[in-house]
Amino acid sequence: MSASPASPGARQTVALALFGLALVAAPFVVDRYILSIILLCLIGAYLGQAWNILMGFCGLLSLGHALYLGLGAYGAAALYVKFGIGPWLGVFVAMALAVAASFVIGWLGFRFRIEGVYFSLLTIAFAESARIGFDNWAWLGGAAGFFLPVRAEDFGQYWNLRGGPFFFYYLALALAAGGLFVSARLRASKLGHAWLAIREDAQAARALGVNVTRARFMALFVSAAMTAVGGVYLAFWGNNIFPGQIFDMAHSIDIMLGPIVGGVGTLFGPIVGSFLLVPLGEALIEALRALGLNAPGAKALVYGFLLMGIIAAAPSGVWPWLARRLRLQDREQ
Amino acid sequence: MLTVENLDLYYGDAQALSQVALSVQQGEIVAIVGANGAGKTSLIRAIAGMLKPASGRIVFKGADIAGLNSHKVCNLGLGQVAEGRQVFPSLTVSENLLVGGMTPRARARRAQNLERMLALFPRLQERLAQPAGTLSGGEQQMLAIARCLMGEPELVLFDEPSLGLSPAMAHGVLDTIVDLNRQGLTCIIVEQNVAASLEMAGRAYVLENGAITLSGAGRALLQDDRVRQAYLGM
Repeated sequence: MSASPASPGARQTVALALFGLALVAAPFVVDRYILSIILLCLIGAYLGQAWNILMGFCGLLSLGHALYLGLGAYGAAALYVKFGIGPWLGVFVAMALAVAASFVIGWLGFRFRIEGVYFSLLTIAFAESARIGFDNWAWLGGAAGFFLPVRAEDFGQYWNLRGGPFFFYYLALALAAGGLFVSARLRASKLGHAWLAIREDAQAARALGVNVTRARFMALFVSAAMTAVGGVYLAFWGNNIFPGQIFDMAHSIDIMLGPIVGGVGTLFGPIVGSFLLVPLGEALIEALRALGLNAPGAKALVYGFLLMGIIAAAPSGVWPWLARRLRLQDREQ
Repeated sequence: MLTVENLDLYYGDAQALSQVALSVQQGEIVAIVGANGAGKTSLIRAIAGMLKPASGRIVFKGADIAGLNSHKVCNLGLGQVAEGRQVFPSLTVSENLLVGGMTPRARARRAQNLERMLALFPRLQERLAQPAGTLSGGEQQMLAIARCLMGEPELVLFDEPSLGLSPAMAHGVLDTIVDLNRQGLTCIIVEQNVAASLEMAGRAYVLENGAITLSGAGRALLQDDRVRQAYLGM
C-alpha cells in the first residue's frame, strides 16, 4: 500500500500502523528514560480513552475519574497483599468495584435529574469522599500509603504483574491499543450511536425512542471499568498507593487534559493529547532543573497557557486539526 | 387507534392540560390548533411519554400508555417529530437515520428501512456522509421525518413541522406528510399554519388554555367564525 495518493481512510491506517510499529520497536531503540516517558504517554492515552467514552461519546462530564482509578488500584492491591489473590483475578474485582461506585453516582444523577455541571460536581464529591475515606482507613495504610512487596523471587510472575520495565512497557502498549480498539468498536456500535445522539441532544434522542438512562449507565460502567484497569496497572507498576495522590483532583484533571487537548469525542484525540502533554511536562521539569529553578506549580501554569492557546487556535482539539493537515481524515470523527 | 381521556398535566402547580379528550382513527390526519401556550406541545409530549400526566388515560392500540417511558412508547409504534427539528448536528445524515431505527421493533430491518427512506427522500441520499448540521432547514426537517420513520411508527406526532421554513419549503414538508398519510401513516399534526393544517386534516381539535373547546371536520372548522377570527385573522 502506498501512502501518498490513497484515500484518507487508507492513509490513516498506514499512519496508525507506522506509529504502532514504532511503539513496538521503541524498547530496542531508545533508552530507559525515554521509554518510561513513552510508557506514561501510553497510560495517559489509555485513561484518556476511558474518560472520553463518557464525556466525548455520551456527553457526561466526569471530574472525578480518579475515584475509579483509586478503587481499581486499592481493590487489586489489597487482594494481592492481604489475601494472596493475584491481579489477574483482582482486576475483575477492581472493575466490579468501580462499576458499583459509578452505579451509585449514576443512580443519584439520573434518578434525581442531576444534570450538566451538577453531575460533574457529584463526581468530584465522590472522588473527594473516597480520598478522605482511604486517608483514614488504617487497614489499607491510611494516609501513609499502601505498599506492595517487591521480592526478587516474585520476579517473572507476569500473571501477578511482577516484571521489569520492558514488561510494563508492553503492558501499557497493550492497554492503549486495547483502549483504542474498544473505543472504535463502541463508537461504531448501536450503543455508540445512541451515545452520540444523547451527547448532541438528549431530549431528541429520547423522542426517538432511545433509552437515555440505560445508555448513560452503560457509558458510565464502561468508562469506570476501563479506568479501574488503569488503576490496577498503576498500583502494580509503582508498588505504592497514596490516597492523597491517586484520588487527588489533580489526577482527575490529568486524565481529562489529554483528550481535551487532543480532541474530545474523537478516537485518536486522547492518544495525541497524551503524547503531547506528557513529554511537554517532562521537558518542562528538565528545563527548570537546568535553569536551577525550583518553581512548583510551573507545570500547571504552562499547561494552563497551553490549554488557552489550544482552545483559541483549535477549539475542537489538536487531532481534528492535525488530521485535516495530514489529510488523514475527510471529516471529523 | 389512539384515545386520550380526561388528561390532566401539571408543571409544578401550573396546570397545562385539563380534561383533554381526543381520539384518532387509523389512517386519519388529525390537527390540533391553538394559540401559543395553549398546551399543544405539552399534549404531544404527554402522548409521546416525554411528560407524565397527573391523571387520565392515553390508550394506544388497546394499551394504556399514560406515564410510560418514551422509549417504550416509541417501541409500540408511536413516533414523534419534535418541534424545531432537533437533528443531531455533528452526526452524519446516515448516523442520524440509524439512531432513529434503534427501537427493538425496527432494529432488525434498519438496512431496508434506510433504503426505503432514501427512496422516499432522494435529497438525503446525496448528503449521507455530511454532518446533519450542514443541511438546509428544509432538508433537516426531511431528515427529522425520515429519522422518525426509521422506527417504523404507525402513528406519528408532528410538532410544528413547518416552523422556521421558507413558504415553499413549508409547503413541501406538509405535502410530504399528506403523502405519507396516503401510504397508510396515521398522523397528528400541530401546526402554526392553521389554515394549511385544517385543510389537510380530516378532523381537528381546538386547544385553548389547556382544554379542548372545539372539534370537528377540518374543513368545517375552517368555516367556523370563532376559528376564523381567532386563528385565521378574518
